[in-house]
Amino acid sequence: MELHLILIFMICTAIVAVEIKDLISSVIALSAVGLGLSLAFLILKAPNLAITQLVVEILCVIILIRATIDKDLPLVKDGRWLFNTISTFLFVSAFLFIVYFALRELPVFGQPLMRVSSEYIAVGSRETGASNIVSAITLNFRSYDALAEAVVLFTAIIGVLAVTRKIGKINEK
Amino acid sequence: MKSNQGGMTLIVKTVTRLTVGLILIYGIYIVLQGHLSPGGGFAGGVIIALSFIHLLLAFGKDTVLKRLNEARGLLLASIGAIIFLILATLGFMGKYYIFKPAREFELFGAGIMPLCDIAISLMVGMGLFVIFLALVLLIAEKKKR
Repeated sequence: MELHLILIFMICTAIVAVEIKDLISSVIALSAVGLGLSLAFLILKAPNLAITQLVVEILCVIILIRATIDKDLPLVKDGRWLFNTISTFLFVSAFLFIVYFALRELPVFGQPLMRVSSEYIAVGSRETGASNIVSAITLNFRSYDALAEAVVLFTAIIGVLAVTRKIGKINEK
Repeated sequence: MKSNQGGMTLIVKTVTRLTVGLILIYGIYIVLQGHLSPGGGFAGGVIIALSFIHLLLAFGKDTVLKRLNEARGLLLASIGAIIFLILATLGFMGKYYIFKPAREFELFGAGIMPLCDIAISLMVGMGLFVIFLALVLLIAEKKKR
């Protein structure tokens, strides 16, 4: 029940974040979505994810506000809103129609298939020595997965630094 | 009171001086306890980065740049990435290196996992802080023109 309330709250704030004209208000509405997601993780008993989500949300909001604080928003107002709305509704309804059949085949929410994961839960804590089973899976059973994530993040950091380098190194000559 | 060299008011500076160390220690705690309690390298690294960002927001960028500039932060991030890569390649050498020792509920008893946590926290924390610093410097550069 609480989960549904939080989900409705998240959907409302996400719509606000998309539709509002002011850029900083949009960032703050987005942070409300993240806070709701963090609460949802807590209700679903995933404190590990909740901590990460909350912390990353704070950092993202600070970085986004810093990036957008003195940027003018070029408002795009063309006269094709009728066409845009109709095409959006068509695509969303087609998507939902297909997803409905796909989701029916999935296992019920809260009762996952336990083929490999039951093994992890059975021996994970004993074999790895880590009482936090999430860490045991991400850093031990699936360590190479974490390595690839780290590589992706590091590449992203290098990319951001390359883009935001000091302006006009060539022009100064 | 000394000249107001950037940053926010005296109240913010005093509160920051009291809290920033606690935030940094909490981040280190989250990293080191990553295999025992909720948390881990990623969340802890971001908290460490947030403590530096807190300092930067309160005291202005010159105070932070004296301690940790862009090049040094990027160096730390690269060191973290290389440590993680070395740990991962060591897994190929010994057959079951990754599944090695197991002493439950001990701080340094989970094989390579604390080391992995420290490496990830260095990379994530310093990397995100360097991104924030790059944005700050970009805006400062734009204002100067």
